[in-house]
Amino acid sequence: MSTFQNVLDVMDWDQISQAIASKTIHDVDRALGRRSQLDVDDFMALVSPAATTRLEAMASLSRELTMRRFGKTAQLYIPIYLSNECTNQCVYCGFSAENEIARKTLTANEMIQEAELVRSWGFEHVLLVTGEDARQVDVDYLVSAVELLRPIFAQISLEVQPLSVADYQRLLVAGATAVYVYQETYHQSVYKNYHKKGKKAIFDWRLETPDRLGEAGMRKIGLGCLIGLEDWRTDSVFLATHLRYLEKKYWRTRFSVAFPRLRPHTGEFEPKNPQSEKELAQLIWAYRIFDPDLELSLSTRESADFRDSILGLGITHLSAASRTDPGGYTTTDHSLEQFSINDDRSANEVAQAIRAKGYEPVWKDWDAVLES
Amino acid sequence: MRVICNGSEQDLADGATVQNLIEQLELEPRGLAVAVNDALVPKTRWSLAVLFAGDRVTVIRAAQGG
Amino acid sequence: MKPLIIAGHSFNSRLFLGSGKFSSPQAMLDAMNASETEMITVALRRVDLQGKSDPMLEALKNFKGQLLPNTSGVRDAKEAVFAAQMAREALGTRWLKLEIHPDPRWLLPDPIETLKACEILAKEGFIILPYIQADPVLCKRLEEAGAAAVMPLGAPIGSNQGLQTRAMLEIIIAQSRVPVVVDAGIGAPSHACEAMEMGADAVLVNTAIAVAGSPAIMGRCFRDAVSAGRDAYESGLPARHAQSAEASSPLTAFLDKL
Repeated sequence: MSTFQNVLDVMDWDQISQAIASKTIHDVDRALGRRSQLDVDDFMALVSPAATTRLEAMASLSRELTMRRFGKTAQLYIPIYLSNECTNQCVYCGFSAENEIARKTLTANEMIQEAELVRSWGFEHVLLVTGEDARQVDVDYLVSAVELLRPIFAQISLEVQPLSVADYQRLLVAGATAVYVYQETYHQSVYKNYHKKGKKAIFDWRLETPDRLGEAGMRKIGLGCLIGLEDWRTDSVFLATHLRYLEKKYWRTRFSVAFPRLRPHTGEFEPKNPQSEKELAQLIWAYRIFDPDLELSLSTRESADFRDSILGLGITHLSAASRTDPGGYTTTDHSLEQFSINDDRSANEVAQAIRAKGYEPVWKDWDAVLES
Repeated sequence: MRVICNGSEQDLADGATVQNLIEQLELEPRGLAVAVNDALVPKTRWSLAVLFAGDRVTVIRAAQGG
Repeated sequence: MKPLIIAGHSFNSRLFLGSGKFSSPQAMLDAMNASETEMITVALRRVDLQGKSDPMLEALKNFKGQLLPNTSGVRDAKEAVFAAQMAREALGTRWLKLEIHPDPRWLLPDPIETLKACEILAKEGFIILPYIQADPVLCKRLEEAGAAAVMPLGAPIGSNQGLQTRAMLEIIIAQSRVPVVVDAGIGAPSHACEAMEMGADAVLVNTAIAVAGSPAIMGRCFRDAVSAGRDAYESGLPARHAQSAEASSPLTAFLDKL
C-alpha cells in the first residue's frame, strides 16, 4: 500500500522553510485571488511572514468561506479522558511515562457517570481520549467504551493510540465516527527528540495512521501539529500536503484540523518555537482559504477572548468545559490532568457567548438515525 | 464452405483458416484485428484458426474518428 | 509548461486531436502538424472488403505521437471490452479512449457501463481514458477502478458550446489524482484556454479544428491557446479583484487587544 510516507520521502524540511521565507506579498495576493482550488504553494504564501500584512484580507475571505460552507453555527464537543496510563515518553506531555503521577483508567461505571454528567450539560458529541498503553487500554476496551456510550451520545470521536485497519473497522462498527491523530511534528529527524520511548517514538507508524483510517473507511479524520515544537509555518505546510493527499485519496472521508498550541510560561514544557495568538489566527485563516470544507477545531487551551473573537472567522468546532484528567468531571481533584486549560467557562457560558455573536451552538455533528 | 465476413458472404475451401481468408480478400494485414464469432483471434494465431461454415468473421482497422 | 504525465508517459503537448470530420487526409495532416499534438484519437471501423484502405490512416503512419483508439459505436460494457481488445490487436497499443454512448442523438456517455468496462479493462492492463459526464463522484470511482486519466465533457459533443459544465469541472480538477482532459464542447481556442487556466491537464479538440476554414491555422490557434492557458495556470493567475488598501481592520482588531 502506498502511503503518505512516499510523499514525505521527497519533501525536504529546510527547502520548504526557505520557500516559505521567500514568499512575497504578490504570492500572497495571488493565493487570495485564486479562482481555482489553492495548491500547497499558495498555502505557503498564506502562512509566510509576507502574509502578516494581509491579515485583514485573510480574515475577511476566511469569514466569507466559512459562512458559505458552515453557516452561522459553532459545533460544540467535550473530551472525556478515559485513561492517563501511557508507555510513551513525550517531553511535552503530562501523561509521559516517566512522570510520577497517579494513573487511572475508568471503569465502565465511571465512564457512564462522566458521560451522563456531560450529557446533562447539553453535549451530544463526545471525544474519548486516552494515553497510549495497550496493556491497560486495548482495542477491546475502546470498543466496549464506544458501545457503552453509544446510546448516550449522537456522536463519538476518539483520540487514542494509533491502531490497525482492522481495529479501526471494529471501532467503526461499534459506532465511532471520527478519529483524531496528531503527528505533533513532521520534522522527521528531530521527532525522536520529543518522543523518546514507546510506540509513539516510531515516526512512520504514526505518520501512516491517517492512511489506515482512510483504508478502514472512517468517516472523519482529524490532523494536527503540536504548535511550539518545531517551526509552525513549516510544519503546517507538511500538514497541508498531507491533507491534500488524504482528501484526494480518501475522498469519501471528512477532515478536520486542530491547533493544539503549547503556550509559553504556563509551567508546562517550554516551547522552543512558540506561536503568538496573531500567528495562530493567520494559520487558521490560511487553512480555511486553502480548504473551504475543512473543519477547524479549537480547544480550551486557548483563552475565552481569543475563542470568542475567532469564532465565525474560520473555526467551526469548539470544545468546552473540558477537563483533561480521567474522571475529571465527577471529581474535584484534578492532579491527573494532561494539560491545564485556558478557557474554564461552563458549557452554558460558552453557548451563551456563541449566541451573543449571533451564532447557533450545535451540540451534535450529525444524526446517526440512518446509520446501522 | 461459406462464412460471413463483415456482413458479406465469402466462399472458402473447407479447412480454411483466418490467414487464408485475409489472403483471399487481399487485405494488408498490418493494422487489422480479426474476431471470429465475437472472439478476438490474435494475428499470431491466424494460420491456426480454422473456420467453419456459418462463422461470423469481423475484420476491423483504425479509421478517422474523434 | 510542465510535461503532461499519463500512466508514466510524458507529453509536451496538452492538446489532444480527434481525427474525425476532416475534409481530406491532407487537411488532417496539416492540422496535426500545426497543432503539434502528440495524441490523436482514432476510431475502429470494419474493413471495406472492396479493398480500399483508409487514406486517413495512411496519413497517420508518420505520426510520432500516441494513437488513442476509441470505442465509439459500442453501447455497453461488454461491447466496449470487445472493442478494446480489437483496438489493442489492431494498433498494438494498450491506450484506450473508453467511450460508451448508447444514445445516438446526443452521444452522451453511459456512466454505469463505463465504470463497469473500466473495472474489467484495467485488470487487462489497458491505459484507460474514459469519456464521461462531468460528474465528480464518477471521476473518483473511475480513478479507483484504474483509469489513467478522466475525460469529462465540457458540453455535448460537437456542440461548440464551451465549458457548460464549468462548476463540475472545477470540482473534478480540484480532487482528481489522475490527469483531467476536458473533452467535447470545446468550440473555440478561448474555450480551450479557459479550461487550461482552470487547471485542466489537457483538452481534446476535434470538430472545431476539423471543420474550420483552415484546419491548419485553427490547429495552430488551439496550440497557442492551450499553451497560453496552461502557462497562465502554472505561473499563477492574478487576483480577481485588486487588494484594496487596508485602511481599517475591523476583523483583526481583536488580535491587538488580547
